[in-house]
Order: sequence, then C-alpha cells, then structure tokens
Amino acid sequence: MDLNLTKEESAFRDELRAWLADNLPKDWNEWREKPIEESFPYLRAWQRKLQEGRWAAVSWPKEYGGRGATLMEQAIFWEEMARVEAPPMANSLGLGLIGPTIIAYGTEAQKKRYIPKILSAEEIWCQGFSEPNAGSDLAGLQMEARLDGDQYVVNGQKVWTSYGWIGDWCELVVRTDASVAKHKGLSVLLVDMKSPGVEVRPLRQMTGESEFNEIFFRDVRVPTENVLGKVNDGWNVAVSTLMYERGSYGARLHLIFKRAITRLIELSRSVQRNGRPAAQDPLIRQKLAQCSAEIEIMRFNQMRAFSRITATGVPGPEGSIQKIFWSELNQRLQQIAQELLGPYGQLLGGDPRAVDKGIWSYGYLRTRGNTIEAGTSEVQRNIIGHFVLGLPRSY
Amino acid sequence: MEFGLTESQEFLKDSARKFFAGECPSAEMRRLMETDTAYDPTLWSKLTDQGYTGIIFPETLGGVGLGKVELMLLMEEAGRALLPGPFFSTVVLAGTILDAVASLAHKNKYLAPICRGEVRATVAIVESNASWNPRDIHLSVANGKLTGEKLFVSDATVADFIIVIARNGVFVADSKARGLKISPMRAMDLTRKLYAIEFNDTPAEEIGSTANLARAFDIATAALAAELVGGMQRTLDIAVEYAKTRKQFGKPIGMFQAVQHQCADMYLETESARSAVYYAGWALEENSPDAATAVSIAKMYASDAGRTVGNRGIQIHGGMGFTWENDIHLYYRRAKGSETAFGDATFHRERIASLVIDSGGVSAKSA
Repeated sequence: MDLNLTKEESAFRDELRAWLADNLPKDWNEWREKPIEESFPYLRAWQRKLQEGRWAAVSWPKEYGGRGATLMEQAIFWEEMARVEAPPMANSLGLGLIGPTIIAYGTEAQKKRYIPKILSAEEIWCQGFSEPNAGSDLAGLQMEARLDGDQYVVNGQKVWTSYGWIGDWCELVVRTDASVAKHKGLSVLLVDMKSPGVEVRPLRQMTGESEFNEIFFRDVRVPTENVLGKVNDGWNVAVSTLMYERGSYGARLHLIFKRAITRLIELSRSVQRNGRPAAQDPLIRQKLAQCSAEIEIMRFNQMRAFSRITATGVPGPEGSIQKIFWSELNQRLQQIAQELLGPYGQLLGGDPRAVDKGIWSYGYLRTRGNTIEAGTSEVQRNIIGHFVLGLPRSY
Repeated sequence: MEFGLTESQEFLKDSARKFFAGECPSAEMRRLMETDTAYDPTLWSKLTDQGYTGIIFPETLGGVGLGKVELMLLMEEAGRALLPGPFFSTVVLAGTILDAVASLAHKNKYLAPICRGEVRATVAIVESNASWNPRDIHLSVANGKLTGEKLFVSDATVADFIIVIARNGVFVADSKARGLKISPMRAMDLTRKLYAIEFNDTPAEEIGSTANLARAFDIATAALAAELVGGMQRTLDIAVEYAKTRKQFGKPIGMFQAVQHQCADMYLETESARSAVYYAGWALEENSPDAATAVSIAKMYASDAGRTVGNRGIQIHGGMGFTWENDIHLYYRRAKGSETAFGDATFHRERIASLVIDSGGVSAKSA
C-alpha cells in the first residue's frame, strides 16, 4: 500500500497539467449554461483538441489512439479535468463505453471503420439498451431483428437514450433469436442513425430538460457485417459495456462533490440558523461533516477497487458498490443544501433570488435520477447479493 | 499509487487470520468471556511468539518495527476473532502512548517488557463526565500522588501497571500501588472487561507530557476502527451463510430481496469502513497532514456501520439471532463498546467539522 504517486504517474500528471495550461479553453464559462444543442460544436472542438494531444481516450490501447493508461492514471486524468473544470467531451459514450466495447469485441474492419471517428468526435455515439418493457430486466428486451439476406430488419422502440438527438451511430441490443432463453437470443448491432425508419423523439424529464430520447425503429435495415461480437452473444457484449459504465465514477466525481460540499460549507457561514451562522449549528455541522467524510470514503473505495482490478485484470461486480455509494451520497448532499437554504432552495435558475443561479434546486431534482440511471440501486444490490456474496438469484 | 496490500501485508493478514482461528476459535473465546478477566496466559505467550505484542514498536526495544497499516490489518483479524483479553489495552493503547510520550529510559522500563510479552498494561483516560476530549480531564497530580477516579478502564485487573492521563501529564502507577482500588463495571462486551479505578494519594511516576498524546490517541482510535471492521466482516459472513442455508417458504431466505439487499448493504458498509481504516493507517504511517481527519473519518464511519451491520445481521437471523448461542450478539456487544470508546460517530463528526468548517479544511491527499 503506497498512496504516493509513482514516478510514471507523476510524469503523466505533469504532462497533462502542462498540456492543459496551454490548451484549456478560457471561455467555457460563457458556454456552460447554454443549451447543449448550442454548445455541442464547442464540445466537439474541445474533444478534437484533446485528441490532438492524445488525451481524449487515455485508457485505450496506444495502437487505437489512446495512451494505455493504467486505472490510476485514468483516475489522475479525471481528477485533473475536474480540478481545472474542463468542459466535457462531446462523444462521452463513444469514448467511455462503446469504443472500449468495439475494441474488445469488434473485427479489425469494424475497429478501423469506427474507432478514429469516435476519437475525433466526427461521429457521435448513443446506446440503445433500455426499452419501455425492459428496464432493470434488460435481457427481457423485445426489439426484433429479423434476418433478411445479408441484412437485419429491425423493429421496436428504445428509451432513455442519451445523445439520441445528435447520435450518428447507435450500439443497439436486439433480439435475433426469440426461441431460446432470453439472455441467449440477443445480439449487438452497430446502427447508422441516419438509416430510413429511425425516428428520434425527445423525452422530457422531471427537471424540464431533455437529456434523453425515445427512438423508434420501423423496418430499419442493418447489414450483417454490423453485428458486434458473435450473433446471439449480445448479452456478454452489452454487460461488458455496462461494466465500463459503473467502473470509474468515484474518481470523476470526487472533486465535483468536494466542490459542492465546499460551497455548502461556505454558504453555511452566511446562512443564519437560530440567530447564528448555520456553520455554528451543531446539527448542520454534523451533517456537513458526515457528507465530507463520505465524499472521501467514496474516493478510498474507488482507489481500492482500482488496485483490485489491476491485480485481477477485470472490472468486477464490485463496481456496484461505487454506483450505490455515489448516487445515494449525491442525493444526501443535495438534501443538505435544501436544509441549509430553506425556502430559497426551491428557487429555479432565472429567479433573481435563487442562490447560485438555481444550481441547488436543479441538483435536488436531477440527483433524484441518480439511483435509477445506469442500473437502479435495487439492481446493484441484486448484483452484490448474487455475484459478490454468492446468494441465490432473487429474480 | 497502490491502495492494495503488499505481499508481506497480505501474508501478515493471512497468517493472523489463521493464528486467531486456530488459537482463539469461537469456543475458546466463549470460555474466556465467562471468566472474570477474559485473560489467558497461554494465549498471551502465543501472541508474543507471533511478535504481535511488539508489532509496531522499534526493534531496539524488542519490537517488530512494522507500520500502522500492518497494525490495522492485525487488529482487523483480532476483531474478526473477537479476541478476548488485554491485547488492545496493553499493546495498542499503553504501548502506543509509551512510544509517543516516554523517554528512552521509560520506554526501556515499560515498553520493552510489553514487546517481550512479560507484562500487561492499560490506560486510564475517561472520568465521570464520560468525555473523550482531553480538555475534560480533571484529575491532576500533586507531589507525585494521584487522587481521583477514572472510569471505563479496560482490562485493569490483569494490568501490571496503569498509565494515567492526568490534566498535568502522563503518569504510570503500579496496579498494586497504595490507595489504588479497582472495581468492575458490568458492561455489555464480555470479552473486554471494564473497570472503575479510584486513586487515593497513589504514588505515580511521570513519564511524559500530554502534548504528545494526540497522535497516540489517533493510532489507538484507528486501530479500534480496524477491529470493528473485522467484527463487521465476521457478522456479514455469518449472516450470508445463514441466508444461504436457512429455508422458509421452501426457499433459502437469501433469495428474498428484503434479506439479500440487507446483506448487500452490510457488504457496502463493511468495505467502505475498511477503505477508510486502511487509508487512516496509511495517513498515520506517512504523518500525512490529513491524518487526524482520516482517523476521524474512519472511526465515525466504523462506529455507525459497526452498529448497523450488527442490526442487520441479527435481523437476518430472525429468532436465532436473538439467542445466546449465536455468536452474532457477542460482536454486537463489542461493537457497542467500541462505538463509544475514543469517541462515537457524533464526537468524530464534530471533530471533522472543526477541521473542515472552522479551519478552512485539511482534506485528504489528492493526486
């Protein structure tokens, strides 16, 4: 156990810091509050610039344009990006989830075709996983892909698709064999979103925004060469994508949460409670301390998990701890903000009396989704129960 | 950066686990807890042979010279076995305080025999106000004589000497000294006996100032949190095993999500407490500026989680969890004692608050 950076890790961090000092855009603050439709070209340009320095996909192997970074280096990368409040990258699903899955399961031709344009943000990717009747029970999805010559004909509906509105390509999980057990008849298709029969509709969520889409597929034709992995082995391909999804959030979120709690501590000095600053109120102090401590523990858990993955080689079901921990912690953090701000906590951005331009009312509503998206807390607890503790499957 | 254990750390942890399982299995632990002292001289000499009595102390004093992370690992395994007797009192508490405050002469006199397994010792800290804050200690020493009362002193009847934290210094009193009266306090945890000690003009030797106590207290606090983690792990293991085998409605109860999700939460809390404890051990070893915060984070989390993991573990067992014969309540009892010792979660949250709110914050070391 040695939590000091190794020589290689220090060199990695220093190189990144130097690069960011020269290349980080200065005007992100003018863009960050604009609707994403407007800022998207900006985010594309930022990703392109990052990749010019080979920083867009540090975890990827060098031969595919990454740096073959270790998990610790990836953690350093996200910490540094959070530290300088860098803009997000446009193709975040392509870089974080779908690219690694294509590298793991794709043919040489597929890798050659898709990987460079994921890196350059020329082609934006989205994920077609959940359906109206297949959420937690993802393997029960119904979207039909019928073989017709050298094409699949796809019919059905996907939901909760992030980036659906701008997606050029979609990692789509479909049912290619309805006659076998539900996990065994799935395949993953790489689908051109401009294909005839694809219709994208915005899905308005409780925050009022539309981060997600519904996608309708009507007789969409997909060439068989676009199957990712083996036909009817789609469950394994999809699960591999989900593991990437749960793997590294602790490292990315640590500084973001820390910035939030630091701001709440600052606010607690000016907010009055029982005739004195809330920072002196014993109950508020207890809550702020608990939250600060858990933010650190989230990071300790992440670092321990990284060391374990490095030793065993694969991200495991322990990622479910991270998912439960960060999502529930984020909700508690937002609740503390609400308690601290009292009636001001409910004010939305745009109201002249809203604190911090309404980020706390937004955060309260947005984090409600955290324990649902990317696998509900209930599903994560099933995964821990069955795959980690060896209890019998409950479903 | 490597948050995993080194090979030698893994080896220490494994061999400690095997040692405690072999030398102090449940039946032996139960036999000892029914005695007045929970102390067994044979077990003590075996602990000594393993080097555990000198684990973190300098080799020049007969110790093994290992680090604080290693201490955490050993205490975790001791906690898993619910090791009865004065190991914590003697080695972790008295030993660490001697190491932190005493002169070399005093270390040779008091700490070296601890390392060699020749003596048992304990530390008297808390008074009737039950505060773990050193500011609330009233007992003071005049002309080398102690007068006053200390409470919640662990393992005092088997201690050869007692370290007394006074307002004006750290003192050692022989446990058979004049005017020193030890009486048992009947407490929940049967494996770690507690006592009240009355001092009446009791002669005592000053061994150091209270100024250097904070670090020793931090090491002991983190070690106690480590011990809690071991207890949580054992409670989790017992509960999961039960959930796999106990059948109701024709199915193992672990198949029901109401039970399974409790197990998942126990796992999450145990792992999180473990991460916090290992980090605290490392921060103490490195003398990192956030060491005190890290210790409070670990003790805060482990104090609460020790209790909630115990609650869930008993609940999963149904009626069996409420019986004397099931070991799970013995861990529950220890967890309550350890929860309050060296400050409960509320105490440590306030300490974190004073570090992160009042003084602008010393945060955990980031990359």
